[in-house]
Amino acid sequence: MTTASEDTAAKTAKKFSVDFKTLGPAIALLLLCIIGFMLNPAFVSEGNLTNLLTRSAFIGIIAVGATFVITAGGIDLSVGSMAAAISGVMIIVMNNAIETMGSGVPTVLLGCGIAILLGIGAGWINGALTTKGKIEAFIVTLGTMGIYRSLVTYFADGGTLSLNFDIRGTYRPVYYDSFLGLPFPVWVFIGVAICGWLLLNRTAFGRYCTAIGSNEAVAKYSAINVDRVKTLTYIIQGLCVSFATIIYVPRLGSASASTGVLWELEAIAAVIIGGTVLKGGYGRIGGTILGALILTTIGNILNFTDVISNYLNGTMQGLIIIVAVLLQRSDWKVSKSGKS
Amino acid sequence: MSMKKALGAIAVTGALVFAGAAVADEKIKIGVSYPTPTHAWAAGMNWHAEQAEKRLEKIYPDVDLILVNSPDPGAQASALEDLVSVHQIDALVVLPFESEPLTDPVLNVKKSGAWITVVDRGLSQPGIEDLYVAGNNPELGRVSAQYMKGRLKDGDNIVILRGIPTVIDNERFDAFMAEIEGSGINVLDHKHANWNRDDGFEVMQDFLSRFPDIDAVWAQDDDIAIGVVAALKQAGRDGDGMFVVGGAGMKETIKAIMDGDELVPVDVLYPPAMIATAMDATVNAFKSNGPVAGRYILGATLITRENAESYYFPESPF
Repeated sequence: MTTASEDTAAKTAKKFSVDFKTLGPAIALLLLCIIGFMLNPAFVSEGNLTNLLTRSAFIGIIAVGATFVITAGGIDLSVGSMAAAISGVMIIVMNNAIETMGSGVPTVLLGCGIAILLGIGAGWINGALTTKGKIEAFIVTLGTMGIYRSLVTYFADGGTLSLNFDIRGTYRPVYYDSFLGLPFPVWVFIGVAICGWLLLNRTAFGRYCTAIGSNEAVAKYSAINVDRVKTLTYIIQGLCVSFATIIYVPRLGSASASTGVLWELEAIAAVIIGGTVLKGGYGRIGGTILGALILTTIGNILNFTDVISNYLNGTMQGLIIIVAVLLQRSDWKVSKSGKS
Repeated sequence: MSMKKALGAIAVTGALVFAGAAVADEKIKIGVSYPTPTHAWAAGMNWHAEQAEKRLEKIYPDVDLILVNSPDPGAQASALEDLVSVHQIDALVVLPFESEPLTDPVLNVKKSGAWITVVDRGLSQPGIEDLYVAGNNPELGRVSAQYMKGRLKDGDNIVILRGIPTVIDNERFDAFMAEIEGSGINVLDHKHANWNRDDGFEVMQDFLSRFPDIDAVWAQDDDIAIGVVAALKQAGRDGDGMFVVGGAGMKETIKAIMDGDELVPVDVLYPPAMIATAMDATVNAFKSNGPVAGRYILGATLITRENAESYYFPESPF
């Protein structure tokens, strides 16, 4: 209930509060960049910034999907394993298609098509088990997390699946080439972010997600098809995982049991840092993107300095995540008290 | 023990006519327990263990090797109990998941009278195992450093990508640094890349942005090296005599060395096949007239184009 009232408060005071809420993660990111620059001016070199953006694309794209799931009151822990399993199947399919289809663009498109179908399918399974099966999302996705992870281990025979070298030549540009100075993964990231923003903020579907996350029972009585909307959020999540996988595979052309480990937690962290409420009812795509950038920047900065012991990397990441959320939550209070 | 040897000898010469149950009793049963393979190196180990099982059982029809893999330390402890109670093993070859939680279970197997061979990861109490077979982590670091010293000159710069923060990683790193000291080669920085391709790629990207002049990279591990090579190629800094030294002996890396790759010209061996060495030695404990008990520390061989072929197993997953 408190969330709902805060939410309406936030809506009525839109002009002030939106600014405040956007500022939290944005300030955190700006501070990080300044620290990075002070530690080493090479931090702001074009090469490093491009690396940063490209690297953020995986978690960022997945986190856009996670924003929908979390806004609608769900959670998806399976995304990292799902990414690994989809990468694995993609590689197997493409390697096997060489004989019949050659190593050109059609094979790569086939791989991408398979990835998208698998993502949608895997998302639908999570959604259907949550809604029709009436199992908590945490348990469903904890289960599928284990299943997908062990599947990729099985496909790879415990080792690493590697993409055939001929296809790698065809597929490689998808990660490494640029358009208008920005690498392709960044364009995919931008595209997914814009679509996500429009879907969440400008469509009935987006409003349904928010309504279900605020109060599922009320949403149901308001004639919202709750099961369908919730299942769709998981399908969107699955689709986002597919997109992330499609740009991930050409990077190193391999998948193994260590692919995508902890991506689910990074995606959830990005969503929460960005201002989306973990228990649902309020979501921000813009914040999620800043959250993903913050997470990647932390890792990048830690690689740029030897001041902090390597063993304390996790501590720094944890601290920065907590501080970023703290900044943004205290802003919530400011906006609320400012209104009342 | 001599009783068993005598029985074994009978089995070789003519016991095959005996009834099945009787034969089974006379077999030398050796349990082989290791973690379920979840990464490439362990998958390679699994493959080599299976190969050794086939080979040894063919040579010695009276030897029965029982391979068991377990997904976690608890499961491995239970598996060890089963090997004793169900199979009544005469010897155990074990690669412990973790040293601490498996010390007691292995000790219990020891109390049943079985021969104990410990592979790669030592137990936390000394004196339990009859035989210890392991790769040589400090030697891996030292051999890598020696190669660097041979290729680089005073004032050249290198960066180091380390593994997962563990004792193994520290041993390799400390030995490398000790060997490189005083050579005039600058170690610009070292970061953990967790024996992982993706981390290797990202850490190397950041090193490349940070340091304009790098002459060589010690990646410590073949998976990290794959990420490093991708980052070098992306930045177009893979020429000018730049080279990367990995470690372990991944088949793709060894193949590349055989083909004369200039970017990854050598590899330092830390072979998953050590499980097969341990199985061989354990069988010898029953079959050979020479003593077997003791410590068997494998060399960290430098694999070059000349000797690469003997370390290449195209069928293995690693």
